[in-house]
Amino acid sequence: MIGLEHYLTVAATLFVIGIFGLFLNRKNVIILLMSIELMLLAVNINLVAFSSFLGDLVGQVFTLFVLTVAAAEAAIGLAILVCFFRNRGTIAVEDVNVMKG
Amino acid sequence: MSADLTIILPEILLSLFALLGLMVAVYTSKDGMASLLLWVTAAVFVILAAWIGFTGEGTHIAFNGMFIDDGFSRFAKVAILLAAASVLVMGEGYMSARGLLRFEYPVLVALSAVGMMMMVSAGDLMALYMGLELQSLALYVVASLRRDSVKSTEAGLKYFVLGALSSGMLLYGASMVYGYTGTTVFSGIVQVAQEDMSLGLLFGLVFLMSGFAFKISAVPFHMWTPDVYEGSPTPVTAFFATAPKLAAMGLFARVMHDAFGGAVADWQQIMALLSVLSMFLGAFAAIGQTNIKRLMAYSSIAHMGYALMGLAAGTVLGVQAMLVYMAIYVTMNVGTFAFILMMEKDGQPVVEISSLNMYSKREPGKALAMLVLLFSMAGVPPMLGFFGKFYVLRAAFDGGLAWLAVAGVIASVIGAYYYLRIVFLMYFGDAAEEGLNGGKSPVLWAFLMGSAVVMVVGIVNMFGVEGAAAMAAATLVN
Repeated sequence: MIGLEHYLTVAATLFVIGIFGLFLNRKNVIILLMSIELMLLAVNINLVAFSSFLGDLVGQVFTLFVLTVAAAEAAIGLAILVCFFRNRGTIAVEDVNVMKG
Repeated sequence: MSADLTIILPEILLSLFALLGLMVAVYTSKDGMASLLLWVTAAVFVILAAWIGFTGEGTHIAFNGMFIDDGFSRFAKVAILLAAASVLVMGEGYMSARGLLRFEYPVLVALSAVGMMMMVSAGDLMALYMGLELQSLALYVVASLRRDSVKSTEAGLKYFVLGALSSGMLLYGASMVYGYTGTTVFSGIVQVAQEDMSLGLLFGLVFLMSGFAFKISAVPFHMWTPDVYEGSPTPVTAFFATAPKLAAMGLFARVMHDAFGGAVADWQQIMALLSVLSMFLGAFAAIGQTNIKRLMAYSSIAHMGYALMGLAAGTVLGVQAMLVYMAIYVTMNVGTFAFILMMEKDGQPVVEISSLNMYSKREPGKALAMLVLLFSMAGVPPMLGFFGKFYVLRAAFDGGLAWLAVAGVIASVIGAYYYLRIVFLMYFGDAAEEGLNGGKSPVLWAFLMGSAVVMVVGIVNMFGVEGAAAMAAATLVN
């Protein structure tokens, strides 16, 4: 029988993969955007699982809001990335280094 | 339903204004009317602030607890709107002189102001998230407003990636809180958290707090701040340093007291740790900086540490101290950034601290105003900044965090070094090289002088901010 814990474990695993993707990836900024998306979707699994097990719809409403915001966030991220590419001619993460920090 | 709409009328009007401004600008002269749109936006901010400040009273709850209009949110909203309006007006000359003034800028600032108003009024995790994202998404775009500059787009990219990471952590925390309390409304969460603080709920609380710490740039989640401050156009940096900080701090206080008010002991230690780390890192890391925008970034990290000290006390006095401190901080920063915007040489903006060598010889008035502001930021007694620090230290002491208050005093002594170094350079530097020239903007001059005068005259009665903050804090903590 698949219980709440299984869903939470999957969500937590995906979330951690997303965080590691952000920090360990040195190649491509697009992968950063994918990692961010992965984190948000992991949260969605969490919310839907809780919503289903609590018998409460609010979690699924929350999920819809998160999906909407994630779409807007990806659009803005790509727009900024396009501007960055026009200036630098590269989207490698290690080249995002004009300012030290 | 219509009663609910009346309560959020300011937010509705501001969003409608932003959309209308966008439409009108797109279908008419585009950037040709950017300057007009900027002034109108600033005027709308001031009108809304006056409206909220003078007519609002009592506590109103809309949409089944999702939106709270109380004394606390009104105090924060008035401060946010006034700060945003001053920063808009301050940046106008700088941006139009450098071809940066696009009509999107005032529209985006207006949208982020709606987000900030939503944040401080949030009564539900969903409202909190939507407000925070509306604010953040607008801010990512204004950070990279200078599309043809490597630094500005890099600042935008870094801000976006780290901001999205923080939103993700905050959201994960929100999902845990929802799962273990069964509700997203703060008034429901507080009841569950009071009775039994399960491990899952504690987990969610920690994630939520780290998300907020990102937004207010508290250590150890501060790494984006110096780069974003340095890379963004200076008027945008001035905006980042004022209104969004206030809003995020307001949101932090709102969630901690409204949703976790019964579990102060659970978050007090985390808050105290964030506070002490921010104060010390801000004090030490700023010492080696040569760029004044980076210096202001570390300065803001340190100031957030002091404001968090007020929150860490977990009392009414603590919230009041935090509000007073933030109001003083924003006023100081408006004046300081007015000064930084005036720093130019042969028409080009200069951000090197070394260019301030013997500045007092050339511009004694502006140098004196800057001296007052720097003394105030360092917390030197006769200035208003000292009373802000005194308030939070007293709150921490009364709240049983004497060690934190002592650490705060030590950090403030260390931090005074880099503020006083600028004063030293302005008054006793070596006059060998040719420094700044130009920078004769009457608007910026007025903001600089006004802010400096407030730092001195304000010690009489703080212009009533103290009493207003006390009333605001009383509505939040119960």
